[in-house]
Amino acid sequence: MSVLRYASVVGYAALGESVGQRSGVINIGLEGTMITSSYFAMIVALSSGSPWLGILAAIAVGVLCGFLQAFFILRLRADQVVVGTALNLLGLGLTGTLYRARFGTSGQLLSVPRLPTFGPGLDAVLLLWLVLVGIVTWALFKTNWGLALRAAGEYPEAVEASGFRPLMLRLQGLSVSSALSGLAGGYLALGIAGAFAENMTAGRGFVALAMVTFGRWHPIGVFAASVLIGYADSLQFELQARQVALPPQFFVSLPYLLALVVLIVAGRGTRVPAALGEPYPREPGA
Amino acid sequence: MIRVALTVVGLFLAVVLTLIVFGVDPVKGLGLIVEGAAGDKYGLARTAVRATPLLLCGLGVTIGWRAGMYNIGGEGQYVLGGVTGAAVARLVVPLAPGLASISILASSFVSAGLLAALAGWLQVKRGVQCVISTILMNFLVLQMLAWTVRGPLQESKHELPQTERLPNSLMFKRFDAQVDLHSGVFVALAVAALVWAALSLTRWGFVLRVVGQNRRFAFVNKLGPDAVQVWAMALSGGLCGLAGSVDYLGLVGQIGDGFSQGWGFLAIPVALLGGLHPLGVVASAAFFGALLAGGEGLSRFNTTGATLVYVIQAVAVLGYLYFVRRGRVKEAPAA
Repeated sequence: MSVLRYASVVGYAALGESVGQRSGVINIGLEGTMITSSYFAMIVALSSGSPWLGILAAIAVGVLCGFLQAFFILRLRADQVVVGTALNLLGLGLTGTLYRARFGTSGQLLSVPRLPTFGPGLDAVLLLWLVLVGIVTWALFKTNWGLALRAAGEYPEAVEASGFRPLMLRLQGLSVSSALSGLAGGYLALGIAGAFAENMTAGRGFVALAMVTFGRWHPIGVFAASVLIGYADSLQFELQARQVALPPQFFVSLPYLLALVVLIVAGRGTRVPAALGEPYPREPGA
Repeated sequence: MIRVALTVVGLFLAVVLTLIVFGVDPVKGLGLIVEGAAGDKYGLARTAVRATPLLLCGLGVTIGWRAGMYNIGGEGQYVLGGVTGAAVARLVVPLAPGLASISILASSFVSAGLLAALAGWLQVKRGVQCVISTILMNFLVLQMLAWTVRGPLQESKHELPQTERLPNSLMFKRFDAQVDLHSGVFVALAVAALVWAALSLTRWGFVLRVVGQNRRFAFVNKLGPDAVQVWAMALSGGLCGLAGSVDYLGLVGQIGDGFSQGWGFLAIPVALLGGLHPLGVVASAAFFGALLAGGEGLSRFNTTGATLVYVIQAVAVLGYLYFVRRGRVKEAPAA
């Protein structure tokens, strides 16, 4: 169970991102979206006393981050990596500043209301993840919408020619990606940590990006990849508890190391959406 | 020229706006920033030493991005440069103190360059985007830093997680014992001139820019884009590594957990706002160096000083994109 819990944060973000990338948008700003959502999930849960409202706020904030990116990426056709990097800076700076302004730098422990759990450490958000993996797979591969969305990431001109609007499909893809990474951020704060700390996402957004590549842009592949990372993440506590004679930093690096090695071994393969990262309409001459 | 003026005005507005949003009186806040950055010789020296790693990393980012390689692993490369410098110091100082400084600088350049070249190779040959691989490398290098300063590179008493302090004779020369200004600042400026000359005046620089603008064109014209991009990454990482060892030799003299201050991250918007042009990067590094130096004055009165700089950078980059892109979208309206 703890493996699934650790996996779910990366898993949610990577699941959404696989939809986004299928539509042709690479959301480098996952990390910034997650940390911003974590912060607001914590604030809303703290002031309302309800973790559920906190989770909803996290999703809403995630979607807002998505719209902000969409304005620059889809409307102004700005470079996706540049916009995403700016969003990451914004999220890190904004949450750090707000947190320090409100709670000071003392690192006091807040008693944030946590999501209720049942059975062996299960909770509703965790179960929803498993359900969503199925729904997203179905939506991507069994519906007309999914076909059009995937085509927008492969060859948007053809999508336009058959009467769909590629930019609208990409906006939907980016929104799914942002909403789920917002949910991931909210779940990290309210379901796992029960607190907020500056930079608490610690690169999980980037690990999620790597897992989308490793999972070959397929929701089930991405799910498997995320579980593997969750395993590495939970292993560090287990191995440290058993006092294995290796420096603790090695175990902390394990998920990142695994993600990198996996990318090196697996490469990008041929399943990458052909128009990933390219603006639409394409720049003349490119 | 107009674009430069717009950028300057935009940056100023971004600072004022951010101050207002976070409830700092803008007049007082700006006054404090200017005083902290340029009020006296301490302020000016602080600006110069903050701008130095931003400039070197910013130049590194520039070389990579101009070749179409999004190196966002500057932070890890900076830290690796510092760690390599400390390791080499431990080996070389007892043997040949005369060669120590130069070998520290050279080894940091090489090690960080190799790391970045690996990321470049991964993108060119394995299709793994630099954006993802360099970021993952950042986390690995940071853990390596934490391990080395508690393990093989720890000071001889084994009390604190930091390396032995370098003897003063090996550090960069300081002109005034009271201020931080060190000769490494001029190393950075010289590197900026070199990078400008290499990019603008040499055939190699031309090919690099062509590869960055249109990889397919470079490929069909047999310009060997793969090799160019891997080399660009190597130099890009090398300069970020050099930034690490320049700070090591110029400012701190020892490496600890606090060595990672985010310079490599901050350098990305520095390079972007400098228009990815070496001379623009000099100006933009100076601006953000001043902002950081001045922000230290601000944080004395308000706990929100340091992280505000990130917000200002993000707002400035988005604003810059807005003005640059809006014009282009109007010229070629969407179909």
